[in-house]
Amino acid sequence: MSNTEDNWLLKVNNLTKIYGDYTENSIKNTGPKFNSNICPETGSIVACADINFELYPGEVLGIVGESGSGKSTVVKLLYFDMEQSLGSAFLKPHLDGLSNILEESNQKKRWIRNYLMGMVYQNPRDGLNFKFSSGGNIAEKLIMGGNFHVGNIRNRATDLLEKTEVPVLRMDDKPASFSGGMQQRVQISKAIANNPPLLFLDEVTTGLDVSVQAKVLDLIRELQQDLGIAMIVVSHDLSVIRMLTDRTIVMKNGRIVERGLTDQILQDPQHKYSQLLVSSLL
Amino acid sequence: MVENNKYINKYNFAFIDESTKKEIRRKLLKAVAIPGYQVPYSSPEMPIARGWGTGGLHVTLAIIGKKDIFKIIDQGSDASVNACNLRNFVQSMTGVKTTFDTSEATIIQTRHRITEEELNENQIFVYQVPQPEPLRSVERYENKTRQMHGEANYAKMWVALYEQFVSHGDIMLGAGYPVKVNNRYIMAPSPIPRWDIPNLNLSKALHLFGAGREKRLYAIPPFTKVEPLEFDDIKFHIEDFKGSACSKTGYKKAFLDEMYYDDGSTNFVINDSNFLDKLSEKEQPTQHENKYINQIAE
Repeated sequence: MSNTEDNWLLKVNNLTKIYGDYTENSIKNTGPKFNSNICPETGSIVACADINFELYPGEVLGIVGESGSGKSTVVKLLYFDMEQSLGSAFLKPHLDGLSNILEESNQKKRWIRNYLMGMVYQNPRDGLNFKFSSGGNIAEKLIMGGNFHVGNIRNRATDLLEKTEVPVLRMDDKPASFSGGMQQRVQISKAIANNPPLLFLDEVTTGLDVSVQAKVLDLIRELQQDLGIAMIVVSHDLSVIRMLTDRTIVMKNGRIVERGLTDQILQDPQHKYSQLLVSSLL
Repeated sequence: MVENNKYINKYNFAFIDESTKKEIRRKLLKAVAIPGYQVPYSSPEMPIARGWGTGGLHVTLAIIGKKDIFKIIDQGSDASVNACNLRNFVQSMTGVKTTFDTSEATIIQTRHRITEEELNENQIFVYQVPQPEPLRSVERYENKTRQMHGEANYAKMWVALYEQFVSHGDIMLGAGYPVKVNNRYIMAPSPIPRWDIPNLNLSKALHLFGAGREKRLYAIPPFTKVEPLEFDDIKFHIEDFKGSACSKTGYKKAFLDEMYYDDGSTNFVINDSNFLDKLSEKEQPTQHENKYINQIAE
C-alpha cells in the first residue's frame, strides 16, 4: 500500500502536554536548544510539545529517546491515559478521521480504546488486572467489545494464548503467578483481542532478560506480519527499534529532533543527539 | 418502642418530621424517574441503628398515609423479630391498619424476599437494602463505581461473573443476583433469592429500595424491564429444589425452606408464611407468573 497524503491511519497535530501553569514562552524557552524541559519563568514542565506525525495502516513507527524525553507521554496521551494540554489527533476508522479523538466524551474514548486500539505497558500491572485470571483479562477486553458468549470468549482466548505461546493450561491462573515474560505475552494477547488496527507498545521488553526479550520481539514481529496491525513502538533501546520499525522519530527534551526511515537514522544520523545515541550503541 | 400512650402525640405522624419526609419523597421521585439509579439521601436518625432496616423504614414512613394498610415481612415471614418490631413501630407512629394478607396490603415492606402472591397496581413494595452498590464487589471506590454507572461501563462486573463460571462451573450468586433495569443501570436487587428475580420484571407494583446505612434510594417503576445478567450461553436459573414439595401442602411451585429436626430428618416448608397459610386454608392465591416457575412440574 502506498503512503499517500490522505490514507493515513493516525494523524497527530501539535500534541502538547505541560504540567503546571504555562505561558506562551514556556514552549519557546524549553526544548533541546536549551537542554531542558522546565520553563525558566513559571517552573512548569513541558513533557512534550509540537508533536506532529502521521502513521499509515500496517506501518510500525518507532519513538526513541532518553528517559524523560516525553516518548511515553505521547502514547499515553494517544491512549487517553492522560489528558493533553494542546493539540489534536485523528484516527481514520473513527468517523473517517474527521473528529478529534482527544476531545471526545469518555464513553466514546472507551469505545475507541476497546475497538480501535491496544496498549502494552512496560509494567504488566498497568495493563492487566491481577485479581482476574489471564483468561479473565482477555475476556474483559472481549466483553468490552460486545462479546457475551462464554464459549466464544474462551475459544478466542485459547487462540490468542496459543499465538503468544502462553500455555493454554494456565488460562485460568492469575497472572501474578506467571513469569515476567509470560505476563507480557498475556498483556499482548489482551491488547490484540479485538483485532485493533492500532497497537501501542511502551517499552515492552525493558526489564526482561535477553532470551525472553528476543522471544517477545519475535512475537510482536510475527503478529505485525500476520495481522498487519499498525504499531507505535516506544523504546530507549535502538536494537528494538532496528528490529521492529520502518520509520523512527527521535525525541529529546519533549521535542522531535529528527525523523526518517529507521535504516537511514541508524546509518546516517543528522542531529547531534541522534549521532550520540547511535554512537552509544554497542 | 413507645410503650406509654401519653407521649405518643409528641411525635409527628409517621415519626419523621414533614420537611424530611418531603426530602425523601423528592429523592424517591428522582429514583422513579431514573429506574435503577441510586439517589443519595439524608438517611435521618431513627430509633434503631442504621443498617437494621432504617432505609426501608424511611421509605415506608415517608410515603405512608392514614388509609394505607401495612404489611411487613422478614425473609418471607410476618412473625419474625425484625418484622414484628418494625410493624409495631409503624403502627404506633401512624395508627394505620396492619395485615398479614398480601393481597389486602397497600404498602409491603420486606427484608430479603418478594411475596409469592402476585402484586397489583395499587401496591408499593419497599425493600430494606444492606448494600445498594452492585459493583462494590469488583470496585471498592465510590467515585469510580459512580463513574462506571455514569458511562455504563460494566465490563468488570461481567468478568467477575465469567471468573465465577470458570472456577466453579456456575455463577455463584445465591442472593442479590445483579439485574439490568430498563436496559441501562445494573442494580442490586437487595439480597432476594434468585427465585424472586424474574418477578421484578414488568411487575405491576412500584418497587422502592432504601439503604439507610449507605444513604441511597432507588426504584423500579411499574411495568419496567428487569433482566438478570446472563451470558449468551450461560443462562440465569432459579433455585432448584429437585422436585421437593412443601410437607404441609404438597405444593412445589414456591420458594421452600429446608427444616431440620432433632432426629436428623429434614423436610421442606413454603417460606412465605402468608402464602402457606392461604394454601393451608384451601384458598387459591394468584401467584407471580414467570417462565422459570412454569418449568417446574406439578
